[in-house]
Amino acid sequence: MSEEKFPTPPTPTPSPSLTEQAGNPNVDADARAEREGEPRRDFLVKLTFGLGGVAALAIGVPVVSAVLAPLLEPDPQTWRKVGTLTDFAVGSTHLVKFENADSKAWSGLTSESAAWLRRESEKEFIAFSVNCAHLGCPVRWEQGAGLFMCPCHGGIYYKDGTVAAGPPPQGLTQYHIRVAGNNDVELLTAPIPITNMTS
Amino acid sequence: MSFLQKAGAWLDDRLGISDTLMPLAKHLVPPGAKWSYVFGSATLFCLILQVVTGVALTLLYQPTSAAAYKSLEFITHQAVFGRLLRGVHYFGASGMIVLVGIHMLRVYITASYKFPREMSWISGVFLLFLTLAMGFTGQLLRWDSNGVWSAVVAAEQAGRVPIIGTYVARLLLGGDTIGGQSLSRFYSYHTLLFPALLFGLVGFHLYLVFRNGVSEPAKAGQLVDPKTYRKWYQDMLNKVGVPFWPYAAWRDVAFSVAVIMGIFTLALVFGPPELTQPPSPATIYTNPAPDWYMLPIFALYALMPPAIESYLIIIAPLLTVLALLALPFISNAGERSPLRRPWAVFGAGTVVTLVFALLVLGEQAPWSPKFDAKPLTTKLINSHNPQIVAGAGLFYNKGCIYCHLVDGHGGHRGPELTEVGRRLKTDELRIRIVNGGGNMPAYGGVISEKELADVIAFLETRK
Repeated sequence: MSEEKFPTPPTPTPSPSLTEQAGNPNVDADARAEREGEPRRDFLVKLTFGLGGVAALAIGVPVVSAVLAPLLEPDPQTWRKVGTLTDFAVGSTHLVKFENADSKAWSGLTSESAAWLRRESEKEFIAFSVNCAHLGCPVRWEQGAGLFMCPCHGGIYYKDGTVAAGPPPQGLTQYHIRVAGNNDVELLTAPIPITNMTS
Repeated sequence: MSFLQKAGAWLDDRLGISDTLMPLAKHLVPPGAKWSYVFGSATLFCLILQVVTGVALTLLYQPTSAAAYKSLEFITHQAVFGRLLRGVHYFGASGMIVLVGIHMLRVYITASYKFPREMSWISGVFLLFLTLAMGFTGQLLRWDSNGVWSAVVAAEQAGRVPIIGTYVARLLLGGDTIGGQSLSRFYSYHTLLFPALLFGLVGFHLYLVFRNGVSEPAKAGQLVDPKTYRKWYQDMLNKVGVPFWPYAAWRDVAFSVAVIMGIFTLALVFGPPELTQPPSPATIYTNPAPDWYMLPIFALYALMPPAIESYLIIIAPLLTVLALLALPFISNAGERSPLRRPWAVFGAGTVVTLVFALLVLGEQAPWSPKFDAKPLTTKLINSHNPQIVAGAGLFYNKGCIYCHLVDGHGGHRGPELTEVGRRLKTDELRIRIVNGGGNMPAYGGVISEKELADVIAFLETRK
């Protein structure tokens, strides 16, 4: 680009107060712009910010969407078969495994979920989250003791999921469970139960 | 001039090595800034070590939740020097935490955060939390069952924040459960987002060292006065300052090399932590425990009263951050010498002691049922009475031994029962077992009359 294209700026007549600053090109240019181009410069500044804002918004939408995706996606729940009636004796407690509700193709083993399933009577089942209500560690069913115990901070629950000892502020979360027509025991998958502040 | 000399001169002119960089390397530092000043630069060297080994690990690591575990097995057991590489990155992380902690303590004890270095302290506070965040996300990338459960625990902690908690937890896991989306997020945080923030802040932190100068060794009675300090500092430097390179830099280099060789040796001898089971959230027979530097927090969660826990989980970190950020504004002038600031030294000592105590407790986890306790041996039972033998069996079977110690066997949650027969009568034993209390479950509903009598008979022999 040749410099000849631009009109040569008129040489300002140095005012007495500017004379000693004449050697400083910045002060010179600023003073000049102030005299001539105030509305024009103002417009250019606004244009710059405006255009920048448009670009930021355009790029920002998909970027922020990627960040917030987990909040924008639905929170699906699905009935999953965890066994048939004959698998569970009355009064017994089992660890059942199933696929979580919205597993991704690349999840591998991490799409698995688990729950504690207890057959109370011929018709009645009860299912507990494996997550301790304290900080989410996996609780174990101790058959002999008839208690759920957590390895992290010593939370202990009775067989009905109520707190027996330790720090959990509430009992184990229960899952919906049903027996479908063909003797299939089905469990409604659910999010990891988050214990909130008020519990 | 030879060609090489010419090329050198050309580069020097275009890059400004002599004009811009050499003055930085040669900038004057106060004399006497000796071995106590090496921790910041050692942290920087350690960070560089982490970046280099981290980049190397990404060449071998598969950041998908299906493949990460297998690629880690590959790195640990098959890749050429892979075990060493993982080991260095692991011990390097520990090195970062230790050095950041010591550096911060040194700055606090010698009050180097006072005028005009307030922003150095504040950027340092952010760097401390970023370092912890890097350690934590790094542990999760070990995508074994421990890593998976750590992610759940992290989400649960976030979930305690009022109102936005559940959303934060969902953002952390990338969904409502652990799954294919979870690891992608942690990988991005650990290798892209946090490092970018770290580099920016480290650059800022270093820039401030050049702008405000290294703090002079604290002398009792030499007060910092914001009005006169800068001039005094400049005069002092001009009079007695020494060029950083090489008169102070050699200590930094020597210490950093020692640190890095120490990390290398640890990695060579001990190797990285062994992977636990594969990362299935359905694998529940696992014992999620954080890396050692998170154990104090882990211990705190076990020990604080449950009633205030939800509040403390949010308020305590918030207050800590606010207090750390406010520090240089609360006291930014006056005495710097630790000899004249006994309360500061006492406070720092208290915090260090507390963290160490919690670390030791976290390592022992005396609040957790000892699931791997073995049944009591015949020798320990020391009786052929069938009822007592049956009672001893129940003591194991009912999980009593997980929490109660008998002759050195068992857990530490409840009181030791080695000599319980001397302390408690039959009725007292019975009441405690049936009703529970404190941190003891009420066994009334899960034990039959006969079993109860057997256990009591066994306990009564413990004298």
